Amino acid sequence: MKEEQVQKEIISVLVKNEAGVLSRIAGLFSRRGYNIDALNVCATEDERFSRMTVAITETPSSTKQIIAQLEKQEEVVKVLCLGDVKSVFRELLLVKLEIGADKRSDIVNLNTLFGSKAIDISPDTMILELTGSTEKIDAFMEVITNGYTILEVARTGGTALEKGSAVMSKKL
Amino acid sequence: MPNGADLLVKTLSDLGVRTIFGYPGASVLPIYDSLSSSSIRHILTAHESGACFAAEGYARSSHNVGVVLTTSGPGATNLITGIADAFMDSIPLVAITGNVPLSCLGHDTFQEIDIFGVTLPITKWSTIVKSAKEIPETIRKAFSIALSGRMGPVLIDIPSNILLESAAYTPGTLDIKPKPVINEDDIKAAADLINKSKKPLLYVGGGVKNSGAKKEVAQFALQSFAQVCTSYMGIGCYDPYDGSYLGVLSDDNPVTTAAIKECDLLISLGARFNSRFSAFKYLRKKKIPVVQIDMDKSEINKNIDSTVAVVGDVKEVLEKLTPLVKVQPEDEWVFKDTLEEEEIEKPRAIQIIDALCEKLGDTVTITTDVGLHQQWTALNYKFKTPEKFLTSGGLGTMGFSMGAAIGAHFATRGKVMAITSDGSFNMNFNELATAVKHDIPLIVCIFNNNSLGLIRKMQLANGSKKTPQSSLYLGTDYVALANAMSARGVRILEEDDINAKLDEALNGTLPVVIDCRISINEGM
Repeated sequence: MKEEQVQKEIISVLVKNEAGVLSRIAGLFSRRGYNIDALNVCATEDERFSRMTVAITETPSSTKQIIAQLEKQEEVVKVLCLGDVKSVFRELLLVKLEIGADKRSDIVNLNTLFGSKAIDISPDTMILELTGSTEKIDAFMEVITNGYTILEVARTGGTALEKGSAVMSKKL
Repeated sequence: MPNGADLLVKTLSDLGVRTIFGYPGASVLPIYDSLSSSSIRHILTAHESGACFAAEGYARSSHNVGVVLTTSGPGATNLITGIADAFMDSIPLVAITGNVPLSCLGHDTFQEIDIFGVTLPITKWSTIVKSAKEIPETIRKAFSIALSGRMGPVLIDIPSNILLESAAYTPGTLDIKPKPVINEDDIKAAADLINKSKKPLLYVGGGVKNSGAKKEVAQFALQSFAQVCTSYMGIGCYDPYDGSYLGVLSDDNPVTTAAIKECDLLISLGARFNSRFSAFKYLRKKKIPVVQIDMDKSEINKNIDSTVAVVGDVKEVLEKLTPLVKVQPEDEWVFKDTLEEEEIEKPRAIQIIDALCEKLGDTVTITTDVGLHQQWTALNYKFKTPEKFLTSGGLGTMGFSMGAAIGAHFATRGKVMAITSDGSFNMNFNELATAVKHDIPLIVCIFNNNSLGLIRKMQLANGSKKTPQSSLYLGTDYVALANAMSARGVRILEEDDINAKLDEALNGTLPVVIDCRISINEGM
């Protein structure tokens, strides 16, 4: 095989909404030695289908091979490599900070800058919510890591849609 | 109203299933009740793994779905190697397992195993049935998937309470997916590349067998002036007596290594560049272009980089491609004559295989296990049809031959021969009892070299000084063993006349076990 550089790719997989599909698809990656950077599974507009959004860091030929393997699975309806189309991609961050009343106003400023919001407040803690691209969430995390004590973090992994009028489940 | 078990049996029957292989157990007893009043013949094997290999053997020789039925827990786990074997070799197999009642799933109930989870990576599709009314459609879906596209195994796990639940039968038909649509531009690109070549080499794989493209391959080879070799799975897909046939691609078949180095184009037909043949490395080293034809898109560029790829059924692709081929060959693009070996006495095992081939030819379906005997058979027996040679090509499963031979008999109703070794036979001789019980015309040919020959060969090649675990010296008397199991046994000692002894073995009652004693150093 040619020497190739790895690159980040996001693959959107429309799958049949059946028991065991997640295991089968996740297993497909692991048993062929591909690492999943992030994985998101969600319902779609059509209850027959679920959408899996898989982020990987692989060479272009490995990505092609993954897509070909995905496409031949019985439960897979359609596969879209989002690098090949224009798309929007978002992930969700929840972060619990140790923070007293005296510093809450700093957070209000931060929320204004990043578009994050406080969704739970206790005397000593606060939970913030932020939606955005991976880069935006990374930047936000860098800022709060340096200024505050982080108690817990939950990141969802991304989910994505192709821009424009294209619909993956159309004509199925 | 019928229950789930009745629905299962009726659906199988409606799909034309006449023979299934299996082993009863607590979770599947209602199915056995239904089977007893159906027209389906159930073959009880000695072990569930034998049943699975039998279903594989049935499928491999008939191109129909092989069906295996076992109970939950150990009955199900004993299928794993056979399912994996079918997965690697693209064999249509439907495995039906019972399980504990739905409400007991996940409670570590007696004989419960998550066979659905265990077999996820080795099945094309699998499911746990949740209600009796789903059974007919689920069975039809399983058959459709097993037979569609690149064929393979599926598994249906049925909790035992579902088998007793009442539901109405719903008729239906199979939904076999259409074959991939062939891209005409790819055909043209392939033809252009082929027409530039002067020394094309054909690599014929199992896809040719599954596609039924033997005739088309012969025509293509003729028109492209190609030399031809096959994979293990492609054996029998090309006339072994044709002048352009070089045999099986194997490190032990030097003419094929020479051909790979010398060709100026490799054309792969439904083959997947198995790692067992080391000379594929020359394709990259010598920048030899490759035309890859396969119906499974995921095979393209998986193990090698192809120059031109055509996704499609081999037969359909060749029907389009052959008329476009006009090769101007080079005169010296003929191998056999230049590499003809000196006349030396052949090893005894090969003399025996030659003699078997002369006596039995294509009248018998041959199965093998894995080891030196598999290589000897693949390289020396002249197979004219792919359905006559059934071997574990991808997984390389010792213990395959006996079950597969039994299955092949029920598909063909003909004579079968398991070519095996002392190591492999010890893994599956329990199925001799099955062959005796069903009066199967089975010949078992054991190449008894007191060792795991291929393993010992690898160890010696790697510089191992001692090989105690691959030297067997079991002292088993296979003739007495055959007699004890109500079969017949014949021994061929190293000094015996091969022809006379084989005649004695082949002309008496079957099943017969032939204990062919050969030197531990043969083939080293």
